[in-house]
Amino acid sequence: MSLLEIRNLHARVGGHEILKGIDLQVNAGEVHSIMGPNGSGKSTLAQVLSRREAFEVTEGAILFHGKDLLAMKPEEAACEGIFMAFQYPVEIPGVGNAYFVRTALNAIRKYRGLDQLDAMDFLPLYREKMRLLDMDEQFMNRSVNEGFSGGEKKRNEILQMAMLEPSLAILDETDSGLDIDALRIVAQGVNAMRSPDRAMIVVTHYQRLLDYITPDFVHVLVDGRIVRSGGADLALELEEKGYVSIESEARQTAPASA
Amino acid sequence: MGSSTETIRDLTQQDYKWGFVTDIESERVPRGLTEDTIRLISAKKREPAFMLDWRLKAFRHWSSLEKAQAEPQWANVHYGPIDYQDIIYYSAPKQKPSLKSLNELDPEILRTYEKLGIPLAEQQRLAGVAVDAVFDSVSVATTFKEKLGELGIVFCSFSEAVEKYPDLVRQYLGTVVPHTDNFFAALNAAVFSDGSFVYVPKGVRCPMELSTYFRINAAETGQFERTLIIADEGAYVSYLEGCTAPIRDENQLHAAVVELVALDNAQIKYSTVQNWYPGDKQGRGGIYNFVTKRGKCAGRNSKISWTQVETGSAITWKYPGCILQGDNSVGEFYSVALTNNYQQADTGTKMIHLGKNTRSTIVSKGISAGHGQNTYRGMVKILKGATGARNYTQCDSLLIGDQCGAHTFPYIEVKNSTARMEHEASTSKIGENQIFYLQQRGLKAEEAVSMIVNGFCKQVFRELPMEFAVEAQKLLGISLEGSVG
Repeated sequence: MSLLEIRNLHARVGGHEILKGIDLQVNAGEVHSIMGPNGSGKSTLAQVLSRREAFEVTEGAILFHGKDLLAMKPEEAACEGIFMAFQYPVEIPGVGNAYFVRTALNAIRKYRGLDQLDAMDFLPLYREKMRLLDMDEQFMNRSVNEGFSGGEKKRNEILQMAMLEPSLAILDETDSGLDIDALRIVAQGVNAMRSPDRAMIVVTHYQRLLDYITPDFVHVLVDGRIVRSGGADLALELEEKGYVSIESEARQTAPASA
Repeated sequence: MGSSTETIRDLTQQDYKWGFVTDIESERVPRGLTEDTIRLISAKKREPAFMLDWRLKAFRHWSSLEKAQAEPQWANVHYGPIDYQDIIYYSAPKQKPSLKSLNELDPEILRTYEKLGIPLAEQQRLAGVAVDAVFDSVSVATTFKEKLGELGIVFCSFSEAVEKYPDLVRQYLGTVVPHTDNFFAALNAAVFSDGSFVYVPKGVRCPMELSTYFRINAAETGQFERTLIIADEGAYVSYLEGCTAPIRDENQLHAAVVELVALDNAQIKYSTVQNWYPGDKQGRGGIYNFVTKRGKCAGRNSKISWTQVETGSAITWKYPGCILQGDNSVGEFYSVALTNNYQQADTGTKMIHLGKNTRSTIVSKGISAGHGQNTYRGMVKILKGATGARNYTQCDSLLIGDQCGAHTFPYIEVKNSTARMEHEASTSKIGENQIFYLQQRGLKAEEAVSMIVNGFCKQVFRELPMEFAVEAQKLLGISLEGSVG
C-alpha cells in the first residue's frame, strides 16, 4: 500500500477549476518534487492535501495510510501525519514558539493515545532540533513568526516539522524568499529528516532548492495536470529548457500520468 | 464559511456554568427606595450616626439627579430605562447575627461557594489566598483573619469595619469616590450594604493575596457593595475580586464602588475577574455592571495597579482610574474585556496626573465576538503641576466574526508642556489563515481561537497573580465558546 494515493483529483477554489485530474502515488521513503509555472496548481495541491476548506474537491479520491483523506478535517489530517511547511507562515502574536509547538505535539499525541509531554520532556528535544537549524535559544520565547525575517520563518517551519515528525511532509515553496545560506540550512534540516518511513512532497518553482534536496521523482504540473514525470534529472532539463518547451513537448505526446 | 466559522460560533455560545440558584431563606427590605429604605438598611446594620448621615446626604443628592434625569447617557451602551423603585435594595441570608466559625454558616451557602470553586474552609484554601465571601447584600465569611491580624492587617467585611474601625472608615470613606461623583456612585453611597475593607499598616507587606468573591443569588435585587483599601506608608497588598450570578431572565443592577488609597511608598495591586451572568444568546437577562473604581496615589512614590478581566455582564460600564497626586507615583491599568452574543462593554480608565514625574501605563485589549459591542474609553489628564509626567497607552481590539463592533474613545488633556504621551492603537481580526495554520499543526478550531485570543491578551494576563491567570485563560476560552464561525 502506498503512503499516499491520489486518484483523478479535481479541485477548485473560488469557482475556478484548478486541478483537472491528478494521479500520484507516493511511497514511504520517497521524496517527490512538484514543479510547474505560476498558476499551474502546485500550491492548490498542497492546500488540498492539508485539507484547507476553501479548496473544494469536485472529483477523485485521496487515500492516506489507506484512509479517506478527504473525509478529514485539517487537524485530523495533521494528527494522522500530514505536515505542511507554509509558503507564508502565519504570525500568532503573544504565543511563544515553544509553547505553541508543545501544544501542537500534545494535540497529536492525544489523538494517537500517547502521554502528554511536559515542559521538562519537551525542551531538551526542542533545543536539540534548534541547534540543527542553527537557531538561537532566545527564539523559543518569541511569539510565533512575529517580526521574523523570511529566512527565520522558513526555518521555524522546518523546526516544527522536525518536532512533529510527520509521515508525509509537504514543503510549499519553502525556497521562496530565502538567501543562499538560509536555503542551505533549511535543506540540511530537511535532509536530516529523510527516512524510510517518511515521504516528502517538495513543491517548488525553481530547480535551485533541488540542488540541495535531491528528489527521487520530479513531476511537472501544467494547467492542473501532471504533464511529465521523471527522476531528478528532469529538474535539470526543466531549468535548461523552461516550462514552455516541456509543456509543448507534452502536448505533442499523450498527457503523462505518474 | 465552513467548519472554522461554525467552531467560532460554537465557541462563543457555550453555556454559563455558574447560573444555578441557591435555595436559602433570606431577609429582604421592601421593594423600592425612599429615605426609609436607607434608614432601615442602616438600622439593620446597627450603624453609627455618621454613616446614616452620610448615606442620607448621598440619597438626597441621588434623588435630585434622578429627578433631573441625570443618569449618564454618554456611554456607548443601550438599554431600557431602569425602574429604581422596582429593585430590592437589601437581601441577606437569614443566619445567626454573628458567626463564631464557619461551622455556623448555612451549609447551603458553603456548598454554593464550593460549587463555584471557592471553598471557604481554610484548610482547603490555596495557602496564599484569604477570602471574603459576599452573598447578595452581606459578607458571609472571611478567612485567614487571625493570621493576618498578627501582622496588624485588617481584612473584614465593610460592616465589621464600620463597627470595629469607625475612625479609619470615617477618615477615608468617600475621599476617592465622593457621593457626588456620578449617578451610580451616589446610589451606591446611599444603599450599599456590604463589601470588603482592607487596611495594611505602615511597612507591612501583606503575605497573601486577599480576595473577595461576590455572588448575587436573590432575584430582583441589586448588589451595591463598597470596597475600601488603604495601604499605609510603605505597605503592599495584592487584592483580587471575582463575581458570578445565577441565570435569570430579568436584568439585575450591580452598582459597586471601590476606593483605594496608597500613602507614601505604598503599593496596591487590584485584580478583577468579572464573570457576572452575561445574559442569554438572544441578549435576554444579565447583569448591568455599573461600577465606579478609583485609586488615589496620595503619597510620594506610591503605586496603584488595576488589572481587570471582564468576560461577564450584559452591560459593563466601568473606568478604574488613578489619581496620581504624590510625586513620582505610578498608575497602571491592564484590561481584557470580552463581549460575546449581545453583550456591551464601555470600559477603560482615567489617569489624572497631579504630582511631579508621575507615570501611567494603560494596556487595553478588547475582544468582540457574536453581536458584542466593545468600547474603550480612556482619559489621560496632565494638570499644570505635573511636571515630567508620562503616559503610555496601548489599546488593541480583536474582532471575531463580522457581526460585532469595536470602538475607541481616547481623551487626552495636557496642561503641562513637559509631559510625554504615547498612544498606540490597533484593530485586527482573527483570520482564517491563522486558524488554519494552527489546525494544520493538530489543534481543533476552537483550540486555535482560544490560543490566538490568549496570545492577544498575554500582556494583561501576565499582570495577574499566577493562579488567577490560569483561571482567566480558561474563562476566556469558555466565554468564547460558540464564537468561532
